[in-house]
This record gives sequence, C-alpha cells and structure tokens, in this order.
Amino acid sequence: MRLIFEIALTHIAGRGRQTLVAAFGVAIGVGFSIAMAALMQGGQDDFVRQLVDTMPHVQITDEQRTARRQPAEDAFDVVAIAGLRPRDDRRGIINPTAALSWLRAWIPGRLAPSLKLQGVIRYSGREVGASVIGVEPTVEVGVSPIVEDFRQGSFSALAVGGNNVLIGDTMANRLGAGLGDTITVVSAQGLTRNFKIAGLFHTGSTARDEGEAYVLLKNAQILSERPNAINEIRIKLDDPNGAPLVAQRAEAELGYKAVAWQEANESILEALVVRNVIMYTVVGAILLVAGFGIFNIISTITHEKARDIAIMKSLGFPAGDMRRLFLLEGLAIGAAGSVGGWLIGFLLVYGLSLVRFEIAATGQEMTRLPIAWSVLHYVIASAFALGSAAVAGYLPARRAARVNPVDIIRGAT
Amino acid sequence: MSNLIETRNLTRILHETVPVTLVKDITLAIGEREFVAVTGPSGSGKSSLLYLLGLLDRPTEGTLFVAGRETEGMSEAERAAIRLSTIGFVFQFHFLLPEFTARENVEIPMRRLAKLSRPAMRERAGELLRSLGLGDHLDKRPDQMSGGQRQRVAVARALANDPPLILADEPTGSLDSRNSEQVFTILEALVRERGKTVVAVTHDLDMAARMDRRLHLIDGMLDGNLPTETPKPD
Repeated sequence: MRLIFEIALTHIAGRGRQTLVAAFGVAIGVGFSIAMAALMQGGQDDFVRQLVDTMPHVQITDEQRTARRQPAEDAFDVVAIAGLRPRDDRRGIINPTAALSWLRAWIPGRLAPSLKLQGVIRYSGREVGASVIGVEPTVEVGVSPIVEDFRQGSFSALAVGGNNVLIGDTMANRLGAGLGDTITVVSAQGLTRNFKIAGLFHTGSTARDEGEAYVLLKNAQILSERPNAINEIRIKLDDPNGAPLVAQRAEAELGYKAVAWQEANESILEALVVRNVIMYTVVGAILLVAGFGIFNIISTITHEKARDIAIMKSLGFPAGDMRRLFLLEGLAIGAAGSVGGWLIGFLLVYGLSLVRFEIAATGQEMTRLPIAWSVLHYVIASAFALGSAAVAGYLPARRAARVNPVDIIRGAT
Repeated sequence: MSNLIETRNLTRILHETVPVTLVKDITLAIGEREFVAVTGPSGSGKSSLLYLLGLLDRPTEGTLFVAGRETEGMSEAERAAIRLSTIGFVFQFHFLLPEFTARENVEIPMRRLAKLSRPAMRERAGELLRSLGLGDHLDKRPDQMSGGQRQRVAVARALANDPPLILADEPTGSLDSRNSEQVFTILEALVRERGKTVVAVTHDLDMAARMDRRLHLIDGMLDGNLPTETPKPD
C-alpha cells in the first residue's frame, strides 16, 4: 500500500501546476463553505439568543389545553363525550403559593409570578390600550431582560413601592407624558388608579414599547379585584434547551398550559432548519464544482499514464491496485485542498469577525457580524470535499483499472 | 511435471467487425532451462502468443497451464499474482516508470510481492543491476540512461522476484547491434547460469539460430511439422 501511495505522489507531483489549481479549487470551496457556515450559524445563534433572552423559557398561564376529566368518566367504564373543550375560566392560577414553591423545588433556574390584565391608560384626555403587568420587582429581575432597556428612570424605581408605573417610550410619546407625570390606569373591571411614571423603557419591539405597562403585583391585583391572584408564571432556565421537558412536567403536574420557548417559536425555528438545508445544498454544490477539477486532473493523469498502468499490470499489479492508485490521487488532492481550505476559511472568518458596522436607523448601536466558531464546520466542509474528491477520483480510476495492457503494449511496439 | 508452460489448442480470436484470428490451435510444451525463440513474419501472431503465455491476454479457446496450474478459471487478481511471482516480462521498449530511478524500478515488483524486507530488496536490486553491468547507474532515472542501459534495467526488473520464466517481446528490437548483442548475451546467461527459461519473440533469424529451440509461426499457427525445431539439449 505504501508503494501505491508513493506512485500516486509521483504522479500528482509530476503535474504540479494542474494539481495546485485543482487543490486550490477545493480549498476555495472549503474555505468559503466554512466562512458561510460560520456566518449562518452565527446569525442563527444570535437570533436564537435574542429570542431566548427576551422571552421567558417556559411560560405557565392560567389556560388549559385539554378539558378536565369529566365525572361521568369516573362513574362509568365506557363513556363517549363529544365536543368537549376546556372551560374558559380565567380566574388565575389556583393556589399560586403552593404551585410556586413546588416549581422552585425542582426547576434549575429562576421564576417569577405575575398578573397580566388588560386596561386603558389615560393621560390628559388621551387613551391608549395596554397590557398592565403586575410583577414582583425583586424576582422579575431574574427572568426579564427589561432591566437593561431603560432610557429614563430604572426598573428598580418599581421596587421602591408606591404607585409607580413603568411604560415604553413609544407609549409615552403617544400619551404625551414624560418621566414623573401621573397617568391613570383603568382596568377592565372598571377600577381606576393613578400611577406616577418612574421609568421609560425601549426594548426595540414596538408591540412591547407601545403596549406594556409594569406595576407592582399588588397594584395589579387591586386593579383586577383579585387579591393574591396571579395568572402567569414565567421561568428562566439555566439551560434554555431543557425548556420542553420542564414545560411538560409542569403542565402534567399543575394542569395549566406551560409553553416552552421552542413551542412558542416553532415557525421561526422551522425557518432556521430550512435555512440550514439551503446552506448545505449550496456548500455541496460548491464542492461538487471543485470535484470537477479533480475529475479533470485524474482523468488526464490516467490517460497520460496509460503506459505505466499497462506496465504495472504486466508486472503483476491487479486491477484493484490501479483503482486504489487513482482513487488515492483524487483523495490526496482533496485532502490537500481541505487543509488549504481550513486556512482560507479561518482567515475569512477572522476577517469577517473584525467587520463592524452601524445600524443606520438608531445610529448608536455598533454591531459586529455574528460569527460562530466551530470545529464542526471545518469537519463538515472537509467531509464534503473528500466525498466529492473520492467520487471524482473513482470514476477515472475505474476506467484505468479496466485498461487492457495488451492494447497499450501492442500500440507502443 | 517439469513443464513451465503447456498449451492445448490455444486459440485467440479478436472479435471485431471482422473476426481476426491472432493465434490458432497452438499445442506446445516448454520446460525448465529452455531458451526458446518465437519467430515468424510480422503479423504472424508471435507477440499475441507471448501475451497469452504471459497471462496478459485470455485465449478464446484451448487450455493453458502455467507452472502446472490451469489458468482458465482464474480471476484477474490470481493471474496478476502469477505474473508477479512466476513470470518476468521484457518488452521491446523498456517500459520503466519514468519517475523512479533504476534501482527503484527494480524494487517495484519486489515491493508488490512483499516477501523481503526493505533493506533486502534494496540490496537485491543493487546486485541485479550490478550483475548486468549497471553498477554506476543505480540512482539514475530512465531518461538519464541510454537505450541499452534501460533495456538492461528492464531485464533486471523482470528478474526482481526471481521468476522461473522470462518472456521477452523483441527485446533487442529497438537496440543497435552492439547493445543487441549485449542483451542477447545476458538472456543467454539467464538460461545457462541462472537456470531460467527464456522465451523470446524475435524477427532476427541469426539470433534465433543461436537459441536452443525455435517456434516458427505462420498466420497464427505453428509452422507445419515444426521443421525448425531442434531436439532439446539435455
């Protein structure tokens, strides 16, 4: 086998420039595949991270997915009930203290209860519909990134107590109110209460900046006339990937709908899968094209070396050896190209990671291209390259193995 | 049975638009230590017969035994294995691998056979080349040597695995008379001194006359009652 390898090396070394071009073709393919994978993966990671950061990982609400077990089912063995659906009973999560302490006992992460109600915010004759969210500031910090998003005032202003409210800057603009102004919140139950604006946040999501108002949990309970009630538990896990399991267990135990972030964003995650499929198709196509270069050079070598093939066969090399010889030559070029491609890929990714640009709309955020460094990208690109090199080498190799030495020797004599 | 080669009604027909009979109904036996000339006009099937005997080609009909083994049912790999260990070829053109030195070319069949250690192969290749008067050219590549030297390297390569049978196809065909004489002397010495059997195709009748036995082919057949064949010198 070492002999075959040595002969293969002399063959490709004998066509130095052509070999170099073919290997360079593979290297370019591998390099760009790596760079593209790094960008795509980086973009995806960045996107998912933002998704995961802004959303609770698991959200338990006072809804139910399936109807409760019916008494008739307990009483009789065979019961058929048609058209059953859960009663729309939005009275909040029953026995929240027990639920919370049960969850705290086993969930690896932080959780925060809240009460969300619909209301209207009034200020100097204007009215804006809003979700009023009652939170406990001390635990809310653990599950919501909103703390970071304050333009004026701060989240901790809520913790001070009193009738403070935090609203989005867009809502403030629409109301014409500013920090320190007093607004009126009217709940669906018809209760009215005045709050002083203690902070303005800007999350970047219009729906939230325009439609959310944060107050203390007890104020929300007063507004909705539901003392001690909560209708939402938001959970931030240490490991976001564990969310579906946590949601499953919580839902099974509590009976309330628990939604993991993966479920809530299923369509987005599906789109990412489609994106990956597209990426790998393109990577495959690039390397297939590089494979043509290899096919070309191995074909040329087998033609040029027809005499050597004939003589080696007459010396007693079986056809399998000839096949291995040229397959090996293809793989050698593919491997050399891969290694070159790693370097090109690394440099490209490094270059891209240095690029910075501004988002014109806000004019203040300096952003880098999201880049993911992963050995896997290098491995996958090489695997593609070697695969196409193997095919590109095998086709002419098979033909070379079939060369009839008599034809060649007779032709030369 | 001490016959290296035995054939019965060996026939080879090329199936092209018009079938061409290369070799027809050849029955012969060649034993050890024979020095055989295959002669005949061009196109008479001399080389075709040699390729059949050397397992490079398969007969259309007839049977062929090489070193006592029936070759018809053999796979390509088995035939290659027999070529490697039992048969050495010398062609009209040297057919050395151009990228390798003389010594490396001689080592190649040994390395494929892999019976010796690498140093032993190197040693043996050097010995073979020196015995053929190429001691100063061990590390030259084919394009740095003369035609006669290359042909002698080819002979050394044919001897690499010490096969009992050497098949030569016009071994002196592309050499001048001085080099021809030298190569012929070497082939003769292989029979006389090393106990090989050499079967050489040649159109040089003077040369054929100096060999022990002559097979004359006409139109692919052994000539009549083989009038040119002389008894084996035993």
